[in-house]
Amino acid sequence: MSNTLFDKVWDSHVVRKIEGGPDVLFIDRHMVHEVTSPVAFLGLKNRGLKVLYPERTFATADHNTPTINQHLPVADPLSANQLKALESNSKEHGISYWGLGHQKNGIVHVVGPEYGITQPGATIVCGDSHTSTHGAFGAIAFGIGTSEVEMVLTTQCIMQPKPMKMRININGKLGKGVTPKDVALYIISKLSTSGATGYFVEYAGEVFENMSMEGRMTVCNLSIEMGARGGMIAPDETTINYVKDREFSPKGEAWDKALAYYKTLKTDVDAVFDKEYTFDGSTIEPMITYGTNPGMGMGISNAIPKVEEVEGGVASFAKSLNYMGFREGEAMMGKKVDYVFIGSCTNGRIEDFRAFASIVKGRKKADHVTAWLVPGSHIVEKQIRDEGLLDILKEAGFTLRQPGCSACLAMNDDKIPAGKYAVSTSNRNFEGRQGPGSRTMLASPLVAAAAAVTGFVTDPRTLIQ
Amino acid sequence: MAYDKFNILRSSAVPLSIENVDTDQIIPARFLKATERVGFGDDLFRDWRYNPDNSPKAEFILNNPLYSGKILVGGKNFGSGSSREHAAWAIYDYGFRCVVSSFFADIFKGNCLNIGVLPVQISPDFADKIFRAIETDPKTELEVNLPNQTITLLSTGEHESFDISSYKKSNMMNGFDDIDYLVNIKPEIQEFASNLPI
Repeated sequence: MSNTLFDKVWDSHVVRKIEGGPDVLFIDRHMVHEVTSPVAFLGLKNRGLKVLYPERTFATADHNTPTINQHLPVADPLSANQLKALESNSKEHGISYWGLGHQKNGIVHVVGPEYGITQPGATIVCGDSHTSTHGAFGAIAFGIGTSEVEMVLTTQCIMQPKPMKMRININGKLGKGVTPKDVALYIISKLSTSGATGYFVEYAGEVFENMSMEGRMTVCNLSIEMGARGGMIAPDETTINYVKDREFSPKGEAWDKALAYYKTLKTDVDAVFDKEYTFDGSTIEPMITYGTNPGMGMGISNAIPKVEEVEGGVASFAKSLNYMGFREGEAMMGKKVDYVFIGSCTNGRIEDFRAFASIVKGRKKADHVTAWLVPGSHIVEKQIRDEGLLDILKEAGFTLRQPGCSACLAMNDDKIPAGKYAVSTSNRNFEGRQGPGSRTMLASPLVAAAAAVTGFVTDPRTLIQ
Repeated sequence: MAYDKFNILRSSAVPLSIENVDTDQIIPARFLKATERVGFGDDLFRDWRYNPDNSPKAEFILNNPLYSGKILVGGKNFGSGSSREHAAWAIYDYGFRCVVSSFFADIFKGNCLNIGVLPVQISPDFADKIFRAIETDPKTELEVNLPNQTITLLSTGEHESFDISSYKKSNMMNGFDDIDYLVNIKPEIQEFASNLPI
């Protein structure tokens, strides 16, 4: 029987199928962070249960951490308490814990792949919707709720109905200044934020084959923004070269065995998907969002759609534009930008900082722009220094903060003030997402860099030498 | 965590006809700092419900005394975005036991089912009828019958059936959760783990 990549990985992890109910799915790797785990650990305590496989469980603190002065005690008592809870819960249950100050601390979806915890063909969960990131390696990876975190801690399984299957094919060559982030925002603008709900997506075609692992992670990361549980890309040489020799990757004989398995991880030629889309990569422009969900995106040189061109509720569209302070039919180019944020599990990797630096090199940060540059991990931070990017950034008037989720979600100290406009490389432009009253325009690191040096929404293609 | 058993719920409803209500609206991230599951209902729809000075926004539906009940009727694609179960907790803690929408985001729907909030998906037409009925008369009652898997607009008798797996239905009716099930099959899980190829 012909199977998709998704079928192969899912089916091989089903412990039991329940008649008229979900599958019991075995989870290979469970990543834990401070925000969605304390109530799960409390649940274990109340039921007198233990963590079944601590060696399959990894904890890091990222959402609720400061991105400056990490050597000092965390000032907010509630945040400090939550971080302390993760540390003591991890210690009590024998889980690897990478807290603030630890060399491996960083955004969970950045450090997981960096240390080889993410492996092709694995099932990976975390109490965070952007767990879909790890699908870039040909893993089934998705976000779960706290009740499920508790289930995985104590039984290493969750109970989920098998999603439907969707394939998104993009062929053709991407144009100048078009990055993986633009590809993802383009897909979401076509499918809407609910277009893939109920599906698990496989991305296929030469655009994804030609992408680096960092780029694939950006694309898979944003799968949830079109409603999909997750997205995945079949492992190839690029994947294997990335995974090999990482700290938690298999070694020696185990590696040879793993490699043989990785090579089976592709969709059979005649396998059937429940839904399939095909797009031409050469038509994709640098993208930017104008509204309050990630589906409200457009090519940067276009105009904001008019109400009559929009599918769905007119009232919701009007509410969204009103929140942003934009009008239908307006151009986005030339709009004033107050804040620029580069970072997050979407665009906090080395390739993103290389792209950002390529634009700001030899230019200066616009005086009225506040820029927050936040690496996803200490490894990314070190790469930025080692590659000489930090010198370029400093010369252009930028400073680098310390790893963490930062301004992506307005939980820690990094919040965009009410009414201010931010060009952000993160993943959500929801109302108040980056701070109460904040107005977010999602874009690539190149678009963010162009905004940072000009102070306005600017087409990065005009700044690329 | 145990929750109230769900059987037949008859109640007036609170209408929130906005589309794409994401979980950041249901509960913003800055209210996710607790280490226990208490009090999240106070911050349900925080930034739509309160001004920055904490005074209530009179125009928001939860602040309108005309509307109340144990059922929340939401617009299409309700619960999108972040996987935070806190969103479902806030809805439960506020006093809702059922959310009705013409379309739910996946993770949110699963979270609701895991904590005892029944997500009821209905057709867009029926959702429109319910919104209009509540607009005309805020005391309009709905009956959500889990055993029969039906939702009825009591003022007109119009009804629709809704989907739920027999496993989840039985859990909701008995107040069980998945952990009860999984803990009971732990030996089978451990056996499975010991035979994994990689």
